[in-house]
Amino acid sequence: MRVTVLVRPKQGILDPQGEAVRGALCKLGFGVGGARVGRLVDLEVEAPTSEEARAQAERMCHELLANPLIESFEIDVGET
Amino acid sequence: MLVFPGSNDDRDAAWALGALGADAQLVWHAERALPRDTAAVVLPGGFSYGDYLRCGAIARFAPVLVAVRELAAAGGPVLGICNGFQILCEAGLLPGILRRNRDLEFVCRDVRLRVERADTLLTARCEPGQELTIPVKHGEGSWYADEELYGELDAAGQLVLRYAEDCNGSVGDVAGVCNEARNVFGLMPHPEHAVDPLLGSGDGALLLAALVDAARVRTLAPA
Repeated sequence: MRVTVLVRPKQGILDPQGEAVRGALCKLGFGVGGARVGRLVDLEVEAPTSEEARAQAERMCHELLANPLIESFEIDVGET
Repeated sequence: MLVFPGSNDDRDAAWALGALGADAQLVWHAERALPRDTAAVVLPGGFSYGDYLRCGAIARFAPVLVAVRELAAAGGPVLGICNGFQILCEAGLLPGILRRNRDLEFVCRDVRLRVERADTLLTARCEPGQELTIPVKHGEGSWYADEELYGELDAAGQLVLRYAEDCNGSVGDVAGVCNEARNVFGLMPHPEHAVDPLLGSGDGALLLAALVDAARVRTLAPA
């Protein structure tokens, strides 16, 4: 089962990387008011159902993929 | 002295501890046990496991960490320096987390520190408020805790060292913390690089010698 995990810096947490990206985009002439940089993890999860795959991915996020102090996550379960 | 793939300050730190009277042995991350009669553990600086995912996030699963947790739970002194600090935070042995430096720069210079708490085993040779000069060298050393946690740690006296100058955007200028039981410590500055005035500063020896004192007490104490 294909599962995509999106990890983001939590709202309100300073994201210096995003700030640097925003600054660079503005220098290129784009009008960008804000940028936040996160992380995307594509997984091939062995699970019989999409519910089970999602449950596993949630545990993965809590145990490793995200740090709850500073990051939030979103899970997307694909078809195959 | 633990050694992870990617550690690079283990030998300096082991040398410094040896110069201060300790018998420091290097222990590979894959070991399942610490050497007999281990009295204290140091996690060195470096880039364990390539700093993949987040600094320290993978190292916390190292087999040797099980034994370190046991030693820490039994009151044994544990010190994480730089990457070692990041590992202890990811492992949940220390509060807070180390983030990318505020200005995205790799900060590599001597910094002035202020001893906030002299009543810990690591700072026992310091005076409260004493200034120390110790180098930092990190890209991800901006310590973070939310307001509530910060208040708790401050009230409990767990914020041991602060930067006496702007360094990396750490909340409260915190440079070093300890756990609630006050036997596990994390520092971003590198005391092992400041043990000889010939190389700039000898202030780091105050901290490491105090750690050696604590380890010695533990070695001599009846089991």
